[in-house]
Amino acid sequence: MHGYANPARFLKIARPATAWLLGVGGLLALAGTLGGLLITPSDYLQGETVRILYVHVPAAWLGMAGWAAIAAASISQLVWRHPLAAVAGRAIAPAGATFAALCLATGSIWGRQTWGIWWEWDGRLTSMLILLFLYLGYIALASAEAERGGEGRMAALFGLVGAVNLPIVHYSVLWWRTLHQGQSISITGGSSIAPELLWPLPLTMIGFTALFAAAALMLMRAELARIKLEARLRRSIAP
Amino acid sequence: MNQWSFVIAAYALTAIATLGLLGWSFAAMRRAEADADAFKPTR
Repeated sequence: MHGYANPARFLKIARPATAWLLGVGGLLALAGTLGGLLITPSDYLQGETVRILYVHVPAAWLGMAGWAAIAAASISQLVWRHPLAAVAGRAIAPAGATFAALCLATGSIWGRQTWGIWWEWDGRLTSMLILLFLYLGYIALASAEAERGGEGRMAALFGLVGAVNLPIVHYSVLWWRTLHQGQSISITGGSSIAPELLWPLPLTMIGFTALFAAAALMLMRAELARIKLEARLRRSIAP
Repeated sequence: MNQWSFVIAAYALTAIATLGLLGWSFAAMRRAEADADAFKPTR
């Protein structure tokens, strides 16, 4: 891991990776969303509303995966003092917050059609809303620490403590009687969704994940460039 | 409103948010890299 602690070495990989992730992610996300909109049949129960699944599920996955990545970066920063960990955490947070907000918004649109309501204070929806607030808190805390020239340790601690919410989001549909449906897809146990409805989902999952990674890499590059500029400024005004 | 209105609203929101995130990240990266490259230390 520390092999990539050198920003020059990291940037050597990040520059081509950003372009690849944007290209491949864009194509897969476009193919999946067009497939979900135009090719898949409507559901016998949900009708056309089922198509929201192809954007809602990747948004939910990325909202949670983003915080898991922040928690991993926090551990890396606090335990191994990896120099790029704080930069990674700050870069991932805006992308994670965007997808957590998208998950709530698309879920609300789906809920209005399926449940007849825009919002319900049930376990899954509430814990996801808390995740969005955690992202906003992390962004504010990390920005304040960075402006003061801190190492971002408070933000790292916040990132680690906030990870407690992830199992709550995931298991909320099992722990409480919720309006939100239970798990439809499992990595080990297959899927309860018909194959003719399911196929665009892996495309949008991988596509949006690649776009998420591209956004995070671009924000990491922006942060590293700012650090580089600050170091140059400091050197130029030093007595 | 029919079901398609809700589906299109969800997809439009996703497109706007994703493209907005990517555009903002790209602009931040380009601006920061240009600033860093343009700065010439005085000594």
